[in-house]
Amino acid sequence: MGLFNYWTVIVLMMVGFYTVIARNNLIKTMIGLGIFQVSVFMLYISMGKIADGTAPIRVQPSAGHEAIYSNPLPHVLILTAIVVGVATTALGLALIIRIREAYGSIEEDEILEMDRNS
Amino acid sequence: MNLEQLPILQVILPLLAAPCCLLLRRSRLAWGFAVLVSCSSLLIAATQLHIIHHSASGSISYEIGGWAAPWGIEYRLDRLGGLVLLVLTAIAAVTLSVARRLLQEEVPEERHHLFFATFLLCLAGLSGIVSTGDLFNVFVFLEIASLSSYVLISMGRSRRALVAAFQYLVMGTIGSTFILIGIGLAYMMTGTLNMADLAQRLTMTLDSVYAEGASIENPALPVNQTRTILAAFAFLTVGLALKLALFPLHAWLPNAYATAPTVVSTFLAGTSTKVAYYVLLRVTFTIFGLAFTFGQVGLQFLLTPLAIMAILVASTIAIYQGDIRRILAYSSVAQIGYLVLGLSFATQAGLTAGIVHLFNHALMKSGLFLVVGCIATRQAGLTLESIRGLGRRMPLTMAAFVVGGLGLIGVPLTSGFISKWLLVSAALESGRWLVAVLVVTGSLLAVVYVWRVVEAAYFLEPDDKTTSEPHDAPAGLLAAAWVLLGATLVFGIYTDLPVGVAREAAASLMGVGS
Repeated sequence: MGLFNYWTVIVLMMVGFYTVIARNNLIKTMIGLGIFQVSVFMLYISMGKIADGTAPIRVQPSAGHEAIYSNPLPHVLILTAIVVGVATTALGLALIIRIREAYGSIEEDEILEMDRNS
Repeated sequence: MNLEQLPILQVILPLLAAPCCLLLRRSRLAWGFAVLVSCSSLLIAATQLHIIHHSASGSISYEIGGWAAPWGIEYRLDRLGGLVLLVLTAIAAVTLSVARRLLQEEVPEERHHLFFATFLLCLAGLSGIVSTGDLFNVFVFLEIASLSSYVLISMGRSRRALVAAFQYLVMGTIGSTFILIGIGLAYMMTGTLNMADLAQRLTMTLDSVYAEGASIENPALPVNQTRTILAAFAFLTVGLALKLALFPLHAWLPNAYATAPTVVSTFLAGTSTKVAYYVLLRVTFTIFGLAFTFGQVGLQFLLTPLAIMAILVASTIAIYQGDIRRILAYSSVAQIGYLVLGLSFATQAGLTAGIVHLFNHALMKSGLFLVVGCIATRQAGLTLESIRGLGRRMPLTMAAFVVGGLGLIGVPLTSGFISKWLLVSAALESGRWLVAVLVVTGSLLAVVYVWRVVEAAYFLEPDDKTTSEPHDAPAGLLAAAWVLLGATLVFGIYTDLPVGVAREAAASLMGVGS
């Protein structure tokens, strides 16, 4: 498998980051932010996985064959980060709803234009 | 009383108090409870600093659930952490004690309990960042503090607060995701998240960190010379610079501070960037170490120019702002430049200056934002035009502003002078003449932007001369502002607490690194 996972991580990260920077629409910014965060989840999960490793539950060693376990810690860590990601997305979307109520638009340039004129 | 449990109590107390605030519902009850919690936090922080300062090792350690580090999560506080916690909880206690009065104009009463709950969550997150000795824990607490501060900022009166909070959310999330990547890469190479353990393993060679029998290309290479660790360091530094609002990554800060409710700007201006600075110190000195950060990577060649740019550019922008809160916000960006400049010297004197300025600036800027809150209780406008003649209408309030302003400039007898003095002498000590001159230039720019406010308040006639009766802010509010700004005067004369502790904190940071 080699470095395939890590290349995917980098591609996803750049796609997400570019979307955050380049898109005007606030929803699309949130989507980009989501993709950006997911790429990091993949990074953590990939680094814990060992080729042929099983889940870290103790198995009876069969004759002449030691069991190889994946490292569970990065997987546990990333559960926390996923929760944080969900909270961030929820808060971001809630803010977008409020922005839409206050400005009647979710296009960033229109909103900044309104702020400048008021 | 069992004082060993204090480090965890510092974090758990506000964390558990937050949902209790939600249950109390009534504004007055929730507020009273939050004040009680923040005062207890202050008491805990003061006790901890006292214990640390008089202990032989200069630090206290706590193992969560009795699991020994590096397997379990360790909370570790040294003098630096103790000092930052003290500032953090002191500002939280002062801000919360006047929060209800300030909120009356800005947040509807039925949402006050939500506000106090979020505020306590933010306090818990910030205390956690400082207390923990585990790198992943830093990320988690950073997110608790950040998410709650986005919410707090969005509660501002004008709709601009929503946009500012959203922009902060996007930039802040990118910053913390960068930090997360950095932590992941560091874990990948060392297999540990405990800061002290990480610091040790980073200097070891690859074959001593890896499992026996692993195939490594270059077994004698130290871990911190690998490209993965360089990438980890880069991600961590950039992520923290975003959280710290280091120029040119400061774009979120002025909008956020200028549109948030004044209680929130008062609290965040004194604490959130300071805590990010604390983490930057931890990462550069404690974890990666002096030799790596300044010898191998050469971070000073990046940080020194950026810090000087922050001082000069942000101070200049501050001069052209029309709103007092924006002046103060840009001034904050400039002051962060001073903090980072102290760090970038990589000398003990420079670090001492940075830590002392952290302490002093937190008090000054929170005090100044509190003065703005005082003004906001008597009139709606906070532009330079609308505060004309305010020196006569609100004499005590504006006098407090002048004291804070003098501190920002660094006039003798204020604590701002102490930190500028330490910074300039640290620069001269290491032969950086040009840097010293530029720091002084930054102070001159501060004279200009502080003067613009003073001039408007004292020397310009108001458009309508109908209300010339002195009518100061409510006494409680005024007292709180004077407590913070009076403290800057006290610490400008009696320098033992900040300077003495900061010197020893800097010595231990340098000691760990070398």
